[in-house]
Amino acid sequence: MESIAAAIAIGIGALGPGIGIGMLAGRAMEAIGRNPEAAPKIQAAMILAIAFTEAIAIYALVVALIIKFV
Amino acid sequence: MVHVSIAPEILFTFLGIPVTNTLLTSWVVMVFLIIISIIISRNIKEIPGKLQSITEVIITKLADFLETIAGSKEVVRKFFPVAATIFIFILCANWIGILPGVGSIGFTHVEEAPIHAENKGEIVTEVTKGETEEPQESFVPLLRSVNSDLNMTLALALIIVTMSHIVGLVTIGVRDHIGKFFSFKSPIKFFVGLLEFVSEIAKIISFSFRLFGNVFAGEVLLVIIAFLVPYIAPIPFLGLEIFVGFIQALIFTVLTIMFLGAATTAHEESH
Repeated sequence: MESIAAAIAIGIGALGPGIGIGMLAGRAMEAIGRNPEAAPKIQAAMILAIAFTEAIAIYALVVALIIKFV
Repeated sequence: MVHVSIAPEILFTFLGIPVTNTLLTSWVVMVFLIIISIIISRNIKEIPGKLQSITEVIITKLADFLETIAGSKEVVRKFFPVAATIFIFILCANWIGILPGVGSIGFTHVEEAPIHAENKGEIVTEVTKGETEEPQESFVPLLRSVNSDLNMTLALALIIVTMSHIVGLVTIGVRDHIGKFFSFKSPIKFFVGLLEFVSEIAKIISFSFRLFGNVFAGEVLLVIIAFLVPYIAPIPFLGLEIFVGFIQALIFTVLTIMFLGAATTAHEESH
């Protein structure tokens, strides 16, 4: 049962950030396409924003690991 | 199956304080940084040598980057020492954490039956009881990535949040700073203050769990990949971990600057 709980926690928890990162990267690429000269700035901001989004998946992962191993 | 433990393993106790393997690694990182900084600061020259120019490039790049985030030069100039220290420490800690040998060199520890100090007569029975069961053998690594210990990241988060409050109290005054959280001027302001108060606690949690989660997840990922495919396959993941370690150090620094910058600005009165 614990394994199922951990799997559900990370499985559902990864959905939101996955969609979020996809949208983020898509928009960033659109922006780079429109203004290729601003690519370094957009990339830096994009990576920062992705790291913030990814943190939510990491929270789910921490919860899953706590369920499984503690 | 591979062994994963969220809590760091205790190596020995010193004057009643348990010394864990993450604490030992953080000492290694500190010694490393102190030696490097002594070497660099000893021979600063007008015409920089190799080491000095590398350091200068890192420092100026970091300062320029933080300036684009914080928006003003004064904030960065004010808080650059603490932010850069945190950046360099977390970066070194993350990168030393993925060196070969960290987490793999250690000793096996045979789990003993719990010993109660107050009644020594029971120890014998406990031990004899333990012998009938299988002795629990566990592997204790000598070194372990510093930020894969929640205590460490929580301590860093508490340092930053406490510092932002002290800085806020000093720069914008006690009344204005406390007024951010408890305001009875209007119901809306009261509610906003309440939200600020909650966000202050959420800040500590998100701050510490972000770093801990990323580094710990990286450790687990590397262990599991090495367990499934021992050769070649872990190499791209090692590259990923180097990248993640850098990004997380950067994010911690950016958030530090943002919080400290926000603490030094009072809520503007728009009406």
